[in-house]
Amino acid sequence: MTPVLGSFVQNANFLDVLYIIAFSLFIQGLRGLSGPTTAVRGNRIAAVGMTIAVIATLLNPNEGRWLLILLGVAIGTAVGIPAARQVRMTAMPQMVALFNGVGGGAVFLIAWAEFRRHGGTYGSHTQAAAVHGVNPLTGTAHTAIVGFTVPGVPTYVAVFSVFAAIIGSVSFWGSNIAFAKLQEILPGRPISLGSAQQAVNGLLLVLAVAAGVALVAGVSSQWLFVGMLVAAALLGNAVVLPIGGADMPVVISLLNALTGLSAAATGIALDNTALIVAGMIVGASGTILTRLMASAMNRSIPSIVAGGFGGGGAIAGAEGAGEHAGTVRSTSAQDAAILLAYANRVVIVPGYGMAVAQAQHAVRELTKDLEKRGVDVSYAIHPVAGRMPGHMNVLLAEADVPYDQLKEMDDANPEFARTDVSLVIGANDVTNPAAKNTPSSPIYGMPILEVSDSAQVIVIKRSMNPGFAGIDNELYYEPKTQMLFGDAKGAVSEITAALSEI
Amino acid sequence: MISSELVTNLAILVLAGFVGFVVISKVPNTLHTPLMSGTNAIHGIVLLGGLLVIGLAGNDWFNDVILVIAIAFGTINVIGGFLVTDRMLELFKTKPTHKDEDDTTKGSSS
Repeated sequence: MTPVLGSFVQNANFLDVLYIIAFSLFIQGLRGLSGPTTAVRGNRIAAVGMTIAVIATLLNPNEGRWLLILLGVAIGTAVGIPAARQVRMTAMPQMVALFNGVGGGAVFLIAWAEFRRHGGTYGSHTQAAAVHGVNPLTGTAHTAIVGFTVPGVPTYVAVFSVFAAIIGSVSFWGSNIAFAKLQEILPGRPISLGSAQQAVNGLLLVLAVAAGVALVAGVSSQWLFVGMLVAAALLGNAVVLPIGGADMPVVISLLNALTGLSAAATGIALDNTALIVAGMIVGASGTILTRLMASAMNRSIPSIVAGGFGGGGAIAGAEGAGEHAGTVRSTSAQDAAILLAYANRVVIVPGYGMAVAQAQHAVRELTKDLEKRGVDVSYAIHPVAGRMPGHMNVLLAEADVPYDQLKEMDDANPEFARTDVSLVIGANDVTNPAAKNTPSSPIYGMPILEVSDSAQVIVIKRSMNPGFAGIDNELYYEPKTQMLFGDAKGAVSEITAALSEI
Repeated sequence: MISSELVTNLAILVLAGFVGFVVISKVPNTLHTPLMSGTNAIHGIVLLGGLLVIGLAGNDWFNDVILVIAIAFGTINVIGGFLVTDRMLELFKTKPTHKDEDDTTKGSSS
């Protein structure tokens, strides 16, 4: 690089222009995500923006630390690409949790490194340092060791750094726990300290914030910073461990928003516009998503964070299971096939059970056979079907189900009354009438797919075990409901096979 | 004392928040998972923080270790996030219906 060109590209204004281009592309990219046809391009536009932002940052003088930068990027690429390529669509929620976690990890590590670089304090202090220089007359290089007073960083930089460190650490550990729960490394049920949980969470938060305040006030201690990170790490664990599997998507979304905010805080501490804008946009979008998800499940964010939902519900469900007056009628694949073949209108209600059984392709086959017979088939998608909003749409799109056959809940519900057969495949809580009829139920008030309005209901399910929320489903005891027990993929294939013999 | 740098940055922060709300509230429900994954990739921008600070960090091997890990984490977040989002969104592309017959083979392989 020639000196002239070098000084031009390292010019702060030039870098700022690149950053402005970068975050314009982020915003444009996110706008593209607003429609299924423009979404692919939107994501790629955002990726181009990210590439520009990274290149602009690499143009900054970095004291020739290319080797270390290359090492970090190489490790990240070697891990990131195979992980993203090989993950199954059903495992997407935990992958997002993991990618979110490493983002949070990067945030607190950067804050820690910055703190160490300032000499282990945000306050002013005396430091011995080697000063390198070149004698202008002789041209020889020389080094001197001098002691000088390092001014403290501005208070607001310290505040935002400490904020980023705490939130980053919470997000890193919380996301890892969410990943472990969804990947079933840890049990999905709540792991809680019981009534002491709130006190412990509160104490950990107070400890982390108190350490942060002391650091901002200028206390010089490496260990205090490490202690703050540890308290935040324990807080991340303590908050997510007691949350049941059903609430996990909301938690991941919340952690996603938090990581965005911590990135924005890092941006203010480092005076970097690209970080502020990108981080804050993620913070805002994550907050909206979290609220949408929580309201779809009729859960408030504070009560989810307070935890214990799955636990209490499971006990109530187990007690309630024996009290049902109705009986469960089971059916065979042959009978189900006949019912479906002679229906005019069939609505398929897919749930996570369909996804884990990888049954979406089998379901698509069944749909095609039914359509050949002149049956009108559509899919009713609950906002939280699968494990995240839109997750089920991704899975069905993977199986080439046409986009226009997918009906969202508000469009699907009025249609059930004129539906002959509802075929519920591995969905449970999202069809539970208790959400409408039983005020004592933990899911009371959650909007559901009103499958019991249709003439007949066939439920494909492995067993009578309760779903994610751990509560019994009254739908299964209704006279119009028939249960087809079995693995979703096997059962659907059996129906398709039986259909060809009719 | 509040520096003008802080005021400028806070203004950017607030405006970016509003932009985020406006841009994202238009996204249909069905695209929320890809959106979450896409925004997740964007906060991988913390990678920039790692790249900047490693250029400033002096003679501190431990800081180098921390920052190399931070850069690796940021890279995973960015590359993994965008790739996964791209994979998801590719599935939404409308496909010609006459290709339906090929789906059987594709379906049984997964």
